Amino acid sequence: MIILEKRPQASQFWSYGAPIVAVFVTMIFGAVLFAALGKPPIEALSKIFWEPLFGEFNFFYLPQLLIKGAPLVAIALGLSLGFKAGIWNIGAEGQYIIGALCGAAVGLALYPMEARWLVLPAMLIAGAFGGFAWAMIPGILRVKFNTNEILVSLMLVYVAEQLLAAMALGAMKNPEGMGFPGSRNLSQYSSASSWIDQGHGMHWGVVIALIAVIFAYILFTRHILGFQIKLAGQAPRAAAFSGVSPARLVLFCLGTSGALAGIAGLTEVSGPAGVVSIDFNVGYGFTAIIVAFLGRLHPVGILMAGALMALTYIGGDVAQSSLGLPKAAIQVFQGTLLFSLLGIDVLTNYRVRMKRGAVA
Amino acid sequence: MTEPLMKLEGLTKAYPGVVANSDVSFNIQAGEVHALLGENGAGKSTLVKTIYGLVKPDTGTMTLDGKPFTPAEPRAARAAGIAMVFQHFSLFEALDVAENVALGMENPPPMNDLAQRIKDVSETYGLPLDPSRIVGDLSAGERQRVEIIRCLLQDPKVLIMDEPTSVLTPQEVEILFETLRKLKSEGTAILYISHKLEEIRSLCDHATVLRLGKNVGECVPSETSAREMAELMVGGTLHVPEREVGERGETLMTIRGLSAPSPAEFGTSLKDITLDIRAGDVIGIGGVAGNGQDEFLGVLSGEIRVGAGQVAFMGQDIGQLPPDARRTLGICAAPEERMGHAAAPDMSLTENAALTGRKRKALTNNGFIDWGKTRNFAEDIIERFDVRTPGPGNAARSLSGGNLQKFVIGREILQDPKILIVNQPTWGVDASAAAAIRQALLDLAAKGAGVIVISQDLDELMEISDQFAALNEGRLSEPRPAQGLTVEEIGLMLGGAHDMEVAHLEAAP
Repeated sequence: MIILEKRPQASQFWSYGAPIVAVFVTMIFGAVLFAALGKPPIEALSKIFWEPLFGEFNFFYLPQLLIKGAPLVAIALGLSLGFKAGIWNIGAEGQYIIGALCGAAVGLALYPMEARWLVLPAMLIAGAFGGFAWAMIPGILRVKFNTNEILVSLMLVYVAEQLLAAMALGAMKNPEGMGFPGSRNLSQYSSASSWIDQGHGMHWGVVIALIAVIFAYILFTRHILGFQIKLAGQAPRAAAFSGVSPARLVLFCLGTSGALAGIAGLTEVSGPAGVVSIDFNVGYGFTAIIVAFLGRLHPVGILMAGALMALTYIGGDVAQSSLGLPKAAIQVFQGTLLFSLLGIDVLTNYRVRMKRGAVA
Repeated sequence: MTEPLMKLEGLTKAYPGVVANSDVSFNIQAGEVHALLGENGAGKSTLVKTIYGLVKPDTGTMTLDGKPFTPAEPRAARAAGIAMVFQHFSLFEALDVAENVALGMENPPPMNDLAQRIKDVSETYGLPLDPSRIVGDLSAGERQRVEIIRCLLQDPKVLIMDEPTSVLTPQEVEILFETLRKLKSEGTAILYISHKLEEIRSLCDHATVLRLGKNVGECVPSETSAREMAELMVGGTLHVPEREVGERGETLMTIRGLSAPSPAEFGTSLKDITLDIRAGDVIGIGGVAGNGQDEFLGVLSGEIRVGAGQVAFMGQDIGQLPPDARRTLGICAAPEERMGHAAAPDMSLTENAALTGRKRKALTNNGFIDWGKTRNFAEDIIERFDVRTPGPGNAARSLSGGNLQKFVIGREILQDPKILIVNQPTWGVDASAAAAIRQALLDLAAKGAGVIVISQDLDELMEISDQFAALNEGRLSEPRPAQGLTVEEIGLMLGGAHDMEVAHLEAAP
């Protein structure tokens, strides 16, 4: 009989090894899945993992990696603060949309003023504020009325999507757009564009995501606030005894993750997406939850997980177009990644023992 | 000499890095109460787990009734006639007594029969218990009776009891001892684990002493002094706390009419508590668990905030201050529950040192933690309080209960508090370490701090406190000088503070 035995201490080896093993398990599962669909498994895997990085057209795919990875990393970092403390913000997608709307509103209001030093910074601040304010709704409701932040933040995603539709079709519609839905193209408005170097996929969202990684790393390794976040997640009573105020922690974690999601939304809408359209959001806010856990809620881990996730997106597109793999198969493949990580994660705190002789 | 009921021969069990039992041999006779003595980590738990089939020994044999006994799992041990009452109960609070008993049985009889059997057993052995009561409403002593009756229904040959009296009042202890004596007269062997040497002297016929996994001696407790047994356990001379009783100093903290609802669902609200704590005081607070001890500590530590004018420290109203602000003033606390309250189990000892130490030890600078300094603080605690661990990088949960307790108490004492409140400071700690902790508390008081010790252990309270008060249903009796209090008086104070106050007033003029 196989039994799981709790380790006295978390295993160092497995806490680093689990994500790597999980990626391999996912690859094996993926190979079986693709073979079952009648596609050559090795080729499909190489299309996903190899082609975008080292293939013939990597000059096109590599910038995509930054464009897709940056919002994932920025949002996942914010979420990881709360997840560590046991505060579950599931509504980053909504905060992302509202951040984009607020930032875009500032940019569109200032159009056509040419002052890059003013317009983009003002948009960034408005974007951060929008996400922050949207996240404060579940935050304040939880602190004041003890509501469940998971439900409230998730429901607010759908509210935000309706708001987005109303804006794209109404107030923010491009007056010169010949009646088509969607706003002016912010990426073509030089003072508002978040692009730094479009050819290489560099925009301000990438820079901010990298800075956020560094800040989060320092927060968790050096700062008392990071310590308190960890403490509140692991041992709430000990946190109260230590003097952590749960309400302040909830507001800080939700607020920060909202602001980061808002910035990610704004840099997306004023760069890669360009226009406020009904469906400019593509679910980064949800995928970032996977990224946060895949990165073990560790800033550097999230950076790597974000890159990996972006790779499976881009590689998935490659495999779809060149091999005709169905989109659902790629999504199953991505889901398997989280599934196998959580499964293998058990080994960090438990060890497997073979027990003989005992009859169940 | 009659053939022993159970023979243990050469039992050895090694875990990675530690030998828990090394060549342990002894016999248990039918109809005797056999004490198993030893410090924390001496190997008592491993030994009884071996007997109960939870641990398989590396070498060595056991025989029961002359037949080889190798239980593969607890079920086999139970079938062979071994029963065990654990220190921590495994009962479902929402179910009634009979249902809880039925859950532990292989083939439970119909409920009505079972209730009748429970009644019979409880009457036979003098353990009053109504099978239809909900366990959630029972006291700790009554819950223990459920566990004991659950064992007795199996007609055990050997009953193992792990520290059974740690949760009982003196009166409940007497009832328990009567039951055990009756069982013994019927030929049941009882293996009795306890730290309380006086108890063992009055109850047990024979004692085996373990030290560092080895059997270091046997004795007849009634013919051996508690001190001799303790010295056998620790392998050296025992240090008895001593103190110089100084003058009572200035008043540090005043509590006036303190009332607070409990934040916990089944907690006890505090009602109208009044107390003065002066420099140099050691105030012992007794009472059966669940009478407001946790809440009282919470109010003083700052986890529970109270209204204005109820708690003041050196003239400053502190009822609304959070824990960190109180530590800055010099008020430190060590709660009873070590895992998850006083310490975070999955964090390292260094991180746990920062948990309460950051203000008074100045471990942070503009919010940035100085990990080097924190580590030094943790190492200091480990060294000064003899915490057995490979180093401060180890997780708190890897420490044994007693060792973690030493760490928690040491962390607060080394912060040099002006007021220290501890709840169950030596619970689960071995005799020599308990003596060291008590001495450290006394030394702190001698330096001019006010110390409040909340404990279930009356011997401990009588040993170290100069004022004694009792918590009962959230009310605190008026403190009285500990010296000269009789057991009857203490029993009355524990049972109901109000009567005592009246009696005290009448006696005063």
